Amino acid sequence: MGNYFQPEIECASPEQIRAWQDERLMHTVRHVYDNVAYYRNLMKERGVEPGDIKSVDDLYKLPFLTKDDLRDAYPYGLLAVPLRDTVRIQSTSGTTGRRVVAFYTQHDIDLWDDCCARAIVAAGGTKDDVVHVCYGYGLFTGGPGLNGGSHRLGSLTLPMSSGNTDRQIQFMCDLGSTILCCTPSYAAYLAESICERGLQDQIKLKAGIFGAEAWSEEMRRDIENKLNIKAYDIYGLTEISGPGVSFECSEQTGMHINEDHFIAEIIDPVTGKVLPEGEKGELVFTSITKEAFPLLRYRTRDICVLSRKKCSCGRTHVKMTKPMGRSDDMLIVKGVNVFPSQIETVLLNKGYAANYQIIVSRENNSDRLEVQVEMTPEMFSDAVSEIAVREKELVDALKSMLGIYAVVRLVTPKSIARSEGKAVRIIDKRNLYE
Amino acid sequence: MTVKQLSVFLENKPGRLAELTKALRQNGIDMRAMSIADAPDFGIARVIVDDPYEAACVLKDAGYVLSVTPVLAVAIPDEAGSLYEILRVLGENEINLEYTYAFPTAKKGQALMIFRVENNEKAIEALSGLSIVPLCQDAINQL
Repeated sequence: MGNYFQPEIECASPEQIRAWQDERLMHTVRHVYDNVAYYRNLMKERGVEPGDIKSVDDLYKLPFLTKDDLRDAYPYGLLAVPLRDTVRIQSTSGTTGRRVVAFYTQHDIDLWDDCCARAIVAAGGTKDDVVHVCYGYGLFTGGPGLNGGSHRLGSLTLPMSSGNTDRQIQFMCDLGSTILCCTPSYAAYLAESICERGLQDQIKLKAGIFGAEAWSEEMRRDIENKLNIKAYDIYGLTEISGPGVSFECSEQTGMHINEDHFIAEIIDPVTGKVLPEGEKGELVFTSITKEAFPLLRYRTRDICVLSRKKCSCGRTHVKMTKPMGRSDDMLIVKGVNVFPSQIETVLLNKGYAANYQIIVSRENNSDRLEVQVEMTPEMFSDAVSEIAVREKELVDALKSMLGIYAVVRLVTPKSIARSEGKAVRIIDKRNLYE
Repeated sequence: MTVKQLSVFLENKPGRLAELTKALRQNGIDMRAMSIADAPDFGIARVIVDDPYEAACVLKDAGYVLSVTPVLAVAIPDEAGSLYEILRVLGENEINLEYTYAFPTAKKGQALMIFRVENNEKAIEALSGLSIVPLCQDAINQL
């Protein structure tokens, strides 16, 4: 038996998954049409009725839902059950400036816990593990999600929440945490702190489940090497439930989407046309088992690729790549699309720390891209010329990756704010949308 | 016959050098000489102190990136032509000078010259022809 939490679901035949999806989609469409005026109006505008949706093949007939819809419908406009049936709300971090509130019934919490338990088991977790959760708790879904999954699995759960790095490390050492759950930037910071204190031998971590922000393969290797663990990606969004919408397995080549709960589509972000498997586009989710806050065709703004290639782990659910950028993370500098992950890749390849900040400004109507990087003992030299040579190499590497010139600025070590939640990687001073 | 110079990375931002000197002052470390090498976006503060080991520990703890570089310290008479003799000998012996800086000492009529060369041994030998012996760390403290 492999590492599965619900093998009969996770390894179900494609036909079985499809049958679940057809049935649950029909039910959900009827449910929201009957109970949510907002959906009813949207569907009427499109001339679609619940009876038109007989299977996943009919999904394209439904209108998309965007973050703007969620904002318009705030707070109760998309709630599909009576308030007395709900037990919880969670809310988005507001990274993009718009808060969204999602509601859960006990059933919704249970299915979310299942999804996170699947992720923990896929990372090698069992009842014997000590799961150290330092995602934020509270409105943010990270903490409650992994906490719930760990409970569901029956592992000892440390509800650490974020921050207080000294205490995190002390608990990790004292209680023998084996699985770490947090954002990748915080994992990198913890790894750095543990190495600085020479405590690598004191920790018993074997795996990490890191999500909620973009991170590169280089960053994964960096964290894996420093902590001597396997680092797994996890994906999710508050609107759809939270972390655990998809998760990585032992193959570490993409994240299995829990298709018994969520139908994924990839669309052309401009035309809205559904793209065939293997093409890069915007990820769209339809939640088909939720009661309180089911979303039909919700546009995530995440750009990625889906793959149905057979996975060596035995799971049959479709895999998505790590998002190749959020469209709201994406910068357009001098007309060129720039993703922070590209810059991160270059920095790590060149031996710099993963901590960086991107500052975009406009001078004389021309964009200026500045990358601030912290000086490290490895990169330092007594000779200005040697540092200048390394700086030039970095500028050239950025140029070849991005296609545009970036100014590199070396800054004081540890001066860039370390994140204990989501990293503020980008400072855009251009005020383009005001 | 060499002294240990601390080379400290400084971001090019107001107050950075003040912070560095504050860290030294707070730990009672006395500076004997200092020079700044500057590039457009950063600088390197090169300092000679009375206790380089202690200073390096203090600065590392304070989060600075630094390196310790052995350099030659020579006390020369503060008079016309005295530097020329030294540079002439180094040049004749094909010893490349990476940088140098001077600092007055407490002793009247005497300046402290710091030389960073690519080969300290070779330079010490060349200078011995002029009967010049570079100062050791203890001698720096006597200045």
